[in-house]
Amino acid sequence: MVSPRFFIGSDSLDVNAIAALVTTPACGAVATFVGVVRDHNAGHRVLWIDYEAYEPLAKTTFERIGREAADRWPSAQVAIHHRTGHVAIGEASVVIAAASPHRADAFAACRYAIERVKQIAPVWKHEHFENGDVWIEGAVADPDDEAARQLALERACS
Amino acid sequence: MFVTVHLFARLRELAGAAELRQELPDEASAKTAWQSLVRTCPALAEYEPLISCAVNHEYARFTTPLKHGDEVAFLPPVSGG
Repeated sequence: MVSPRFFIGSDSLDVNAIAALVTTPACGAVATFVGVVRDHNAGHRVLWIDYEAYEPLAKTTFERIGREAADRWPSAQVAIHHRTGHVAIGEASVVIAAASPHRADAFAACRYAIERVKQIAPVWKHEHFENGDVWIEGAVADPDDEAARQLALERACS
Repeated sequence: MFVTVHLFARLRELAGAAELRQELPDEASAKTAWQSLVRTCPALAEYEPLISCAVNHEYARFTTPLKHGDEVAFLPPVSGG
């Protein structure tokens, strides 16, 4: 079975396999972003993170981000894969791959996609540390918030 | 009519359930579903300015009208990546 370009689930992430989903003979550049669980946050030692997601909405949201990237960079193809469940320190929680004939569009589409994942993907980190645990709450998710989308575009193009 | 409400992360913990079946009046919107939820679980009220909602696996506005059998989800601020 061919893996879908947009996926969320508990399996560990294979960067090369995800990059292969967007790579064609016309591509001269493939940019990848790997988000990894780190061992500290906000001054405490992190032991692991449990990721919770609203999986059907996450999938349609990743597809939406892919369409947004394709509108802005028509030559680029994007893949977004995200983990759920227990993710250990040093393991990848998210992988973005963006391929394009030239590197500028591949880098920009990749950066744009991860910025949008942070803004609107229905995924939550449940961080576990030595003396407890905490739900991380970041952005209020609103895909139609044009200011947020512009911020993602600016970051992608800076 | 009846809808199914899905809750996540801290909202799920506060409500003590990931999924609830809710009876609503026929002209209900997503906002009606939220208000009904807060009546049964007042601890959720503090989240009101921060939540997003989705209907049938697509992001929606609180004004979105609901129909029998819809799947409504309320989402606290997200933190993927």
